[in-house]
Amino acid sequence: MSIFLRTFISGLNLGSIYALIALGYSMVYGIAKMLNFAHGDIIMIGAYTGIVAVMNLHLPPVVALIVSVIVCAGLGMLIETLAYKPLRQAPSLSVLITAIGVSYFLQNLALLIFGSEQKAYPQMSGLGSFTILDVKVDGITVMTLAVTAVIMIGLTLFINGTRMGKAMRAVSEDRGAAELMGISVNKTILITFAIGSGLAAIASAFYGMTYVYIKPTTGSMPGIKAFTAAVFGGIGSLPGAMLGGILLGLIEQFAKAYISTQWSDAIVFAVLILVLIVRPTGLLGKKSTEKV
Amino acid sequence: MADLLSLENINVYYGNIHAIKNVSFHVQEGEIVTLIGANGAGKSTTLATIAGLMRSRTGSIVFGGENISRLPASQMIRRGLSLVPEGRRIFQQMSVEENLDMGAFTLDRSEVAAHEERVYSLFPRLKERRRQVAGTLSGGEQQMLAMGRAMMSAPRLLMLDEPSMGLAPILVEQIFGIIRELHESGVTILLVEQNAQAALSVANRAYVMETGRVVMEGPGEELLHSEKVRQAYLGEG
Repeated sequence: MSIFLRTFISGLNLGSIYALIALGYSMVYGIAKMLNFAHGDIIMIGAYTGIVAVMNLHLPPVVALIVSVIVCAGLGMLIETLAYKPLRQAPSLSVLITAIGVSYFLQNLALLIFGSEQKAYPQMSGLGSFTILDVKVDGITVMTLAVTAVIMIGLTLFINGTRMGKAMRAVSEDRGAAELMGISVNKTILITFAIGSGLAAIASAFYGMTYVYIKPTTGSMPGIKAFTAAVFGGIGSLPGAMLGGILLGLIEQFAKAYISTQWSDAIVFAVLILVLIVRPTGLLGKKSTEKV
Repeated sequence: MADLLSLENINVYYGNIHAIKNVSFHVQEGEIVTLIGANGAGKSTTLATIAGLMRSRTGSIVFGGENISRLPASQMIRRGLSLVPEGRRIFQQMSVEENLDMGAFTLDRSEVAAHEERVYSLFPRLKERRRQVAGTLSGGEQQMLAMGRAMMSAPRLLMLDEPSMGLAPILVEQIFGIIRELHESGVTILLVEQNAQAALSVANRAYVMETGRVVMEGPGEELLHSEKVRQAYLGEG
């Protein structure tokens, strides 16, 4: 029982991180209609920013997180403006290759600045821990789950309840029609990149506090897992990204605990393939319907 | 009366295909003007170009005294120009009310409620369905929503692209009744239609397009009785 509970909690923890990253993937895909493969590397930049802010600038953790969010949001907007915006009318393959190029650029930039040796992410002490049913739960886990829940609720309210959020949904559904309403598509895409990258920065802090060591390629694996989570849940759908992320984290941790640590990634991707065979649009993905 | 809209020497291309050839026409304040012509004559492309979704390589599009031919599409509605696009293009996954909110995107928040009431009085059916997801509306209701959405910004010029397409005859009649009503309330209208009979009977003036050119123009009533138009577009002869 205690193994089950421990696995469940660590699955939720990992799943929350995936969900936060998957939201960025899914929002950008839904609104800009592109796969931003550099999204994973934003996590890495966010983690290094956190390290510099705490270790070198001696900022308190919360301030460091805010700095990291600002840096990542700015970086996301910069990438969109310099790399993707000029390709708005280009074939999607060109955009995809550009995204991969941006990913390598960020990894090599980090290599140049921070070197190839891994650095330890500053740990937040004093959060304590508590025990339920013989299972020790770290404060950081509770914080990860709580912050993720708040972000999910906040994002859902934003998308459904505010004018800007509705404009994002409009652009996602029909870019041309949205433009006829006076919605600036470029501005909307820019805001989407800022939000997605900001969420990646928050994910980077939780990732750093859970996995500790950061190196220039740190972003790739959580990036690809979160992408899988987004597809799993139905890419373009925000509830889908949340559900996909959480489920993927749970599947991964249960596979590690009960089947095999080495095979856990293979099992995760096998589940993805199965879901896509049964439901090609993902768990909560919408079938495209058109009325004539 | 002054021209609200005038196109001068417009040429539009899809890649190498010359879709609009030297088109010039004008719409005066308070008029209903219609562009009629066969499928592929360039009517919809002309409207898309005015709305800024397509670009002309030459000439000018002047609206309310300002050359708008280089403005982004998102600026048009701020100048009082609103397009109901071909195929309606309502936001299928949003509710009726949210669609109308999007039509009012450029308005001050305080103005939205009054505009919404006005649209609901034009289309009472939309009010009944305000919470319904737009994709589940019938074809006629979707057309009303597309028109209502475009009216939310209280445009000076309303452009309608094939509003009767795919609708049952009784709904076509209803839609044209609303077009007349809007016109009487002071909205200038530019109407593209394949249903030439209906379009010509509401229009003050009409232009006939053929393979990207304007080949004929005149008062609606006159073209309705012209032998050539009757043969080519009204299925008689």
